[in-house]
Amino acid sequence: MDQDHRFEQALRQYIIGFVLALALTGVPFALVAWGKLPGSVTLLFVLLCGLTQMVVQFRYFLHIDFTQQKREDLLLILFSTLLLAIMAGGTIWIMTNLAHRMH
Amino acid sequence: MKGEAVRHPGINLGDDHGEAHSAAETLVFGFWVFLMSDLIVFGLMFATYVTMLTPNSFAGGPEPKDVFNLGSAFAQTILLLLSSLAMGFAGLALRYKHSVVRVNVWLLISLFLGIGFLALEINDFRDMIEMGAVPSRSGFLSAFFGLVPLHGLHVTAGCIWIVIMLIQLRVFGPNTVVKTRLLRLGLFWHFLDIVWIGIFSIVFLGGLA
Repeated sequence: MDQDHRFEQALRQYIIGFVLALALTGVPFALVAWGKLPGSVTLLFVLLCGLTQMVVQFRYFLHIDFTQQKREDLLLILFSTLLLAIMAGGTIWIMTNLAHRMH
Repeated sequence: MKGEAVRHPGINLGDDHGEAHSAAETLVFGFWVFLMSDLIVFGLMFATYVTMLTPNSFAGGPEPKDVFNLGSAFAQTILLLLSSLAMGFAGLALRYKHSVVRVNVWLLISLFLGIGFLALEINDFRDMIEMGAVPSRSGFLSAFFGLVPLHGLHVTAGCIWIVIMLIQLRVFGPNTVVKTRLLRLGLFWHFLDIVWIGIFSIVFLGGLA
């Protein structure tokens, strides 16, 4: 494969990522600005769009995916995410539960 | 990216960069270890912030709805996303075009967009402080000023890093050391945009929804 072709392929990845990121940013902002949906529905949608955009940016900007990667490097990222989920999730769970009981 | 030897996760220089491509393997892996530990720091600041969203933590002071500006948050988001894209283009210019001029132009665009982001963010902080929403006012505001300016501080460090790379490109040219540093700068900059997704979703949109 020649250089120009590879360049175009890589460029396309960034453009796709950018367009997806723009959409996943615009829609939740528009929903919050519109403000007609119930708060919890909006919040759920915002969080889903945020998570999706994180995956999109990892995939198209940082080029992290499940193919062609050295497994131990991918595991570093997945394990950090797992640790974070346990620590952050645990903190939020325990502290909101505590706040609830204090009322 | 098919047909290319991928040596490490994320952006690769490519085989025709020879020495720099193989040197990047350990350097980039080490940098990922740093990024992931930084991710844990940010994640725990997020967790602290979320626990500070109960009425008790507002302490009768301003609430998210009173202090956040949706338009400004949107403008900051777009500026940082464009800056991340420009940094991606700088990486493409380095990898495929071997053009120092192009790398310089994209780095400068990325730098100015980053500075624009910081200017808007600092303006928001000033507005908040003027209306009495200072870090010591409540637990909510302490957590806010722990989390969001921490990201701003990272962006500031990133901007300084871009300036240093512009100088190094001029002084040393695109040698192995400079190329692998640019590679890591790209990872850092994209990573900061990913952290910002969490900030605008949880802090700004979460607070205003």
